[in-house]
Parts: sequence; structure tokens; C-alpha cells
Amino acid sequence: MTDTLLDIRELKTWFATDDGMVRAVDGVDLKIGRGETVGVVGESGCGKTVTARSVLKLIDMPPGRFEGGQILWQGRDLLPLGAAEMDKIRAREIAIIFQEPMTSLNPVYTVGAQIAEVLREHEKLTRRQAIDRAAEMLSLVNIPNAKARVHDYPHQFSGGMRQRVMIALALSCRPKLLIADEPTTALDVTIQAQILELMQEMKERFGMAIMLITHAMGVVAETCQRVVVMYAGKVVEEAPAVALFGNPRHPYTQGLIRSIPRVDRAAEHKERLEAIQGTVPSLLNPPPGCRFAQRCRFASDVCRQAMPPLKQVGPGHFVRCVL
Amino acid sequence: MASAVVLLAIVLAVVLGPLVWRVPINEIDFAAQLAGPSWAHPLGTDDLGQDILARLLYGGRISIAVGLCAMLVAAVVGVLVGAIAGMSRGSVDAALMWLADLFLSLPQLPLLLLIIYLFRGALTSVFGSQGGIFVMVVAVIGGLRWMQVARLVRAQILSIREKEFIEAARALGASKVRQVVRHILPNAMGPVIVAGTIDVAAAIIAESTLSFLGLGFPPDIPTWGRVLFDAKDTLDVAPHWALFSGAAIFLTVLSINFIGDGLRDALDPRRVL
Amino acid sequence: MSRQYLIRRLLIAIPSLLGISIVLFTVLALAPGDPFGELASNPAIPPEVAASLRAKFGLDDPVWIRYMHWLVAMVHGDWGFSFASRINVDTLILQRLPTTLIVIGAAQILAIIVALPVGVLAGTRPYSIFDQVANTLAFIGFSLPTFFTGLLLILIFSVRLDWLPMVYRADLGSTGWTWFVAEIKQSIMPVAVLGLFQGASLVRYVRSAVLDVVRLDYVTTARSKGIGERKVITRHVVRTALIPVVTLVALQMPVVFGGAIVTEQIFRVPGIGSLLISAMLSNDTPVVMAVTFVFACLVVLFNLIADILYGWLDPRIAYR
Ligand SMILES: Nc1ncnc2c1ncn2[C@@H]1O[C@H](COP(=O)(O)OP(=O)(O)OP(=O)(O)O)[C@@H](O)[C@H]1O
Ligand code: SF4
Ligand SMILES: [Mg+2]
Repeated sequence: MTDTLLDIRELKTWFATDDGMVRAVDGVDLKIGRGETVGVVGESGCGKTVTARSVLKLIDMPPGRFEGGQILWQGRDLLPLGAAEMDKIRAREIAIIFQEPMTSLNPVYTVGAQIAEVLREHEKLTRRQAIDRAAEMLSLVNIPNAKARVHDYPHQFSGGMRQRVMIALALSCRPKLLIADEPTTALDVTIQAQILELMQEMKERFGMAIMLITHAMGVVAETCQRVVVMYAGKVVEEAPAVALFGNPRHPYTQGLIRSIPRVDRAAEHKERLEAIQGTVPSLLNPPPGCRFAQRCRFASDVCRQAMPPLKQVGPGHFVRCVL
Repeated sequence: MASAVVLLAIVLAVVLGPLVWRVPINEIDFAAQLAGPSWAHPLGTDDLGQDILARLLYGGRISIAVGLCAMLVAAVVGVLVGAIAGMSRGSVDAALMWLADLFLSLPQLPLLLLIIYLFRGALTSVFGSQGGIFVMVVAVIGGLRWMQVARLVRAQILSIREKEFIEAARALGASKVRQVVRHILPNAMGPVIVAGTIDVAAAIIAESTLSFLGLGFPPDIPTWGRVLFDAKDTLDVAPHWALFSGAAIFLTVLSINFIGDGLRDALDPRRVL
Repeated sequence: MSRQYLIRRLLIAIPSLLGISIVLFTVLALAPGDPFGELASNPAIPPEVAASLRAKFGLDDPVWIRYMHWLVAMVHGDWGFSFASRINVDTLILQRLPTTLIVIGAAQILAIIVALPVGVLAGTRPYSIFDQVANTLAFIGFSLPTFFTGLLLILIFSVRLDWLPMVYRADLGSTGWTWFVAEIKQSIMPVAVLGLFQGASLVRYVRSAVLDVVRLDYVTTARSKGIGERKVITRHVVRTALIPVVTLVALQMPVVFGGAIVTEQIFRVPGIGSLLISAMLSNDTPVVMAVTFVFACLVVLFNLIADILYGWLDPRIAYR
């Protein structure tokens, strides 16, 4: 990695709740290079969304707070930045799209107005110019009849179409990094493929880096150069996609990869999906050692005593496991 | 919590107060006309030299009784209408809900005034002047406030009708009335209690308003609103008269509203309004 | 907002007006004696005149025919004659109505100016000190009956401080600038009483609507656009939070009219509220009926306005 855009170091984002401190993100390291597509995977509740939102400081505070670490954007730490400085990064440098296209657009404004809003904020444009640019963006994301549809409201679009609008909105200021938080989870399978294809197309056109958060290992295998595996607020493995799928080292990653449904082994499908038993441990008072220990086949006393460090096992391949 | 204490104190005062503070409410004493608070008259006296504390303690009974009874009327009518609407569905349901909407958009106070204006004579001849007004005020205030409860009960019925235990009761051949009474109402109680609590406050305000406009209870029945009505013309010389009666209404209503709000938080933390 | 939506709303208003008129007429028909027939049954009036009066009022017809007659008369603005004021009821009401509307309108504006920012601030900082203070004050505000607030204001600003006149005078006997100042001075207290009462509930409506909206996804989207917190709140939170608030305000209108009657009575504002009370005290039945009917129409009218506002604020509505 020669040109690092984003360098998250030891990030800790915690939430103060009635039951105690939820350590949703508890010392995460993550790097993204220019133009690179990085997949972030892990099961529900492991802190993917919190990590993604932390980058743009979209965490509600309270209850959330940054307990430590750094988020270096092109070498500059974002955590100490004030609101005004942060607003210059948002949308212009880093943009984000969310899982739920049905609710992530404001129902009372036309989609054109919502895209124009961000354009007018960051580029000196008149209302007319901004709407024209919005229409351009919409046709770029393959929305038919874009010139007319800028004046439509979100409820007049289908879920897949709204996600296209969200992509148009996110890319309208040409950000260097697009964070996509499970952009296809809420969509039909056929639409999912179209959206992923669109993102690929946009990447080729604009050359931005993508942080793709997903549950679907299959999607990661197809689109990402590098993969970060998270478990209970920690990164447990990080590797180039080829290495990760060819030679997964962490028992949790191995479980995840085994759980990918494969057509050629349909008979074993069911059993495979159950490969990882048990649930994510509580983030309230995590045990001191490896957080996967309760579910790990290879767990030993060493694992439970102290958190294993992230160690290098190959070129760009790191794993947090004593094995 | 503090509001519960305040309300309890007020209720105890009006229930037990007249037993302890044995000054008659209508003892006229022109020597002590419009006197400020003193040992003989802790809250002062009015224009006829009557003891305000005694009058407020006695009148509070009526005001609070009106509030409670009107709430009961509203709750009974509301539960009945809501239960019928929820169990029958179809056109009966639609008609009853339309009626509830209609009642919600009635101008309450003018209507209340109108009814009292038209029926006052007839009712006083049947129930006597005190009883007649009481029955009428309670019936009308309650009769104009059942809509909220009806909606809550109906919504509750619609949402739990299909749940298993109702299905089971139905399979066992429980009658509709029995289903409602045994299974559905207990589940709907929470929101109904909240609505009922707030209705008590609203009814007390409604009664006070009527009396304050001179159209509620007659002067010999010193409900809080009536006392305030009598007090308002001597605001310049005897402000204590108006202040104490107004404060009684305000404190009661405020503490009931706070309790209602607390109950809502306790029973249904999701709703904010 | 589509044209159909407007028309549909207008059409829905008609049955509710009819329903209200039926309720009013029922009350009237059930009332003991013949409220309208007082003249007809007055022994001082010769029997022939009484009989013609009975015929004119249709007192001997079946009830639904009487209802139709009454309704037609109401719709035609033929509201009868005020026994007390010796003029036609419609003229009387038309004289008084503007004052009431001005007081209510001014109070509504005052309520919005105070409550909107307070409610938004409280809703965006839930459980902060500001929120708790605002919430408590709002609670006190709508637990204070309007008649008590009115007396308190009179006590403080008229009796003690002597800053403002105690009662409202229709003809001030002055002109130009002095008239204007006097008009403002005498309007302050009635408007404040009504406005603060409405404002108190409005604060709670706005706060809870804002609380509901701030956690929605599109607000996070708005934040991610880098447009600044101020624009996020005004354009994205407040704008959508207003939609439920409009409905709640409309639901509250009947209570507001009640407050207006009390306020007018306390300050002797010559509007239809004080007219209603004085008509009742002088047994002027045609006026009582007509004013009640006017209040009912006003409630329906404000509901209609709220519906139209709602459709204008929420683009999803017009297409449903
Ligand atoms: N505002 C909050 N208050 C308290 N806890 C929170 C808050 N937001 C997130 N969390 C906690 O942080 C943890 C991580 O949540 P996060 O949304 O990042 O998971 P995720 O990996 O994105 O899961 P999913 O795949 O379901 O989207 C969860 O346990 C959640 O309970
Ligand atoms: S450290 Fe131990 S418990 Fe954790 S994954 Fe490795 S082997 Fe399993
Ligand atoms: Mg997530």
C-alpha cells in the first residue's frame, strides 16, 4: 500500500447505556489505500456500522464517545476536528450510504433537491446548475428519464431505485472514499447484483476507494482486494482477498468462509451454515482473553488469559490468534 | 413522586379537613370582611367574612368528586364504545369511530355551556339545585371525554384479538362479552388508566371553568371555580381570596397531570406524547 | 398537493358539519320546553300571534322536518333576532367575530414563536437541563387554567404595577398613534394568556415530534452531507417534525376555543365568547345557539386548514 487514504488506529467507540459501557468498537485498526476496495465482514453486532459511522463522526454523542485511538485521513487526525472542519470532509472527501434505502432519504424533499443541497453546500452553484448536475448524477446511476425524475419524491421510487439515488447523492461531490454500509442487504437478490454492478461501474469511472461492509462473503470474494474480519469490536483477521479465501487463518474466518452457501455442495449446505455455533459475547464486560474463545474449537488456557496480538502470517496478512 | 405526595395531601385535606377545621363555610361575619390571612382565618375571609379555608376544603370535595365521577363516566362510556367497536368491526365499528371523531371536533366548552343552559331548570327540579347541577356537570363533562378511552380500548382489542390466548378462549366457547371482560380489558388497562388520570384533571378544569363563568354551581356551593368567580371582582383589595382558590385548582391539576405523565412513562415507555 | 386532495378534504368537512349540526339540534330538541318558543308560550302574547309564531318556527312539525327547517335557516344566515340586543343575530355575530379571530390568531402566532424554538431545542438535547426546565414549565403552563392565569396577570400588571388596563375597551375614544398604543396595551394580556396556554402544549408536541425525527436515518444522511448542524435541524428535522404537530394542534383547537371564551370573559373582550356568556346570562337563546354553531364551524374550518397544511407539508399524502 503506497498511498494510504484512511488509517484507523486503535479506535475505541463506546456507548454509555443504562446497563454499563458497551464497547462496540474496542481497538480497531484499518487502512484503506487510494482506489482500493476493502471489505469489512463479521456477524451482526460486531461493530461494523459503528466503525463506519465513526469515520465520519456520525455517532450520537451521548450515548457514544470516542474512548481512544486515531482516525487519520490523509495523515490528519479527524477525531479532534471541530464540526466546521468535519463538514468540509463529509460528502466532499468521504461519503457514506446506508443499508435502508427506504428510510435514508428525506420524504418531504424531491430527490433532486436532496442531491442539489449537497452540491450547493460544497460547490458554488446556482439552484439551476445544481438541479442540472443532480439530473446528470441520476442518469449516471442509470435512472431512466432522469431530467424529469429529479422532481419526484423518494416515495415515488422503488427500493433499488432509491439506493441508486443514494449512490448518486454520495458520489455527487466526487469523494475519495465511499463507505457503503450493507448497501444491498435490504434489497431483492436480483436488485442486489445490479447495485453491486453499479458500484463497480462508478468506481471505474470516479476511481474512489470503497469500504464495503457486508455479511455476504460471496460479495466480498467478487469485489474486494482486501478483507478485514471483525469480531466483537475487534479486528481478528486482515488479508488480501485471495489469501483470506485461500488460506483463512483465524478459526472465526474459517467458520465464516465455510458458511458461504455453495451450489456444488448443496447437500452439505445446511450443516455448513451452522458451522459457527453460539452467539457474539456481550460487549458490556468482555472477557480478558480472545473474544472468540467461548465458541472456538481450538480454545486453550492461553487464549483465555490475554488478548492475542495481531501478528503477521504472510504478505499483508494479519491474524489475532495464538495458533 | 413529589406530585403524588402533593395530591395525597390535597385529597386528605379535603376529605378530613372539614372534620378538623370546624369553622362553618357560611358563617357571615361583616367585621372580618375581606380580611387577609390571620390565626382565626388562615387563608383570610371573603366579602361576606366567610372563612376561605373552610370553603376551599369543602368545595374541594365537590371539585374532586366531579373530577372523579366525570372520569368514571368517560371511562365507562369509552370502554363500552371501544369494546363494541373493536369486537364488532365492520360498519358498526366504522360508525362508532366516526362518532368518536365527530365528538373530538365538537367545541367542548360552548357545548357544555349550551347543555347546562338548556337543561339546568329541568334537572334542578328533579334532583334539587345541588344534586341537579352535580349530575349534569358530571354527565356532560364525562360524556364529552370518552373518545380517547374508546380509541385506546378498540386499538388494544384489534391488536390482541388474534393473539393465541384469545383464540384459545374462543375455541373453548367463551362468549364475546366474556372474552372482552376476562382477557382483553385487563390488557388494555394501562393506557386507559393514563387517559383516565388525565381526564380527572381535565374534568376538574372543566367544572372550575363552568363555575368561574358563573354558570356552574350556585354561590352556596363553594367549588374552587365558584370561589374564584366570586373573588375576581375584589382582586385589588383581597388578592389572597383569588390566589388561594386558584392555587388549589392549579396544584391539584398539576399534580394529577404529573402523575399521569409518570404513569405513562412507567406503563408505556415508548410513547413520548 | 393535488386538486383532488383539496376537494376530498372539502367534501369530508361537510358530513362533520352536518354531524355537529345534528348534535346541536338534538340537544335543542331534547331540551325541556321550547327554547325558541318562549315568545310563543308567553301568556302576554295574544293566542293568534302565538299560533302564528308556532307555525313560523314549525314547532308542531315532526322532528326531522324541524331539523331541516332549522338547518336551512342556519345555512341561509337566517339566525333569528337577539332578544337582548334587539338586532339580527347574524349582524351581531359578524360584529363580534373579527375580534375573537384576531385574539386567537395573535395568540397562535405568539405560541408558535415561543414554542417552536423551545420545543426544537429541548427535543434535540433530550434530558439536558434546558429540556427539563422547558418540560416542567410547559407542564405548569397547561396545568394552569386560563381563568387563573388571566387573574394572575391582572393582579400583577394591572393591580400591582398598573402597566396595562384591566379590561378591554371596544371604543377607546382616541385616534392615530395613541389609539394604536392603547389597542396593543389592552391586547397584551388576553393574547398572552391564550398564547402561553397553547404554547405550553405546543412545546411538548414539538419536542416529542423532534425526538421521533432526530433518530431517523435520513437525518444521519443529512449529517453526512456536511451541511452543518443548523441546516440539518431546520431543513431536515423541524420540517418533518411539523407534520405530526399540525395534526395535534388541530386536535387541540376545541380546547383553544374554550380558552378563548374564558379569556374574553375575564378581560371583557367584545368577541363571540363573551357574547355567548352574556347571552346565556340574559336567556337570549337564538344568540346562544348561533354562537355555539359558529364555534362548531370554526373548529371544522381549522381542521380543514390543518388538513390542507398537512397535505402541503407532506408530499406523500397527496398521492394516497
Ligand atoms: N447508540 C447506541 N447505543 C448503545 N449501543 C449501541 C449504539 N449503537 C450501537 N450500539 C451497539 O454497538 C454494537 C455494534 O453495533 P453495530 O451496529 O456496529 O453492528 P454491525 O456490525 O453493524 O451489525 P449489523 O450487521 O447488524 O449491522 C451493538 O452491540 C450495538 O448494540
Ligand atoms: S486465540 Fe484461541 S480461542 Fe481465540 S481464535 Fe485463536 S485458538 Fe480460538
Ligand atoms: Mg450495521
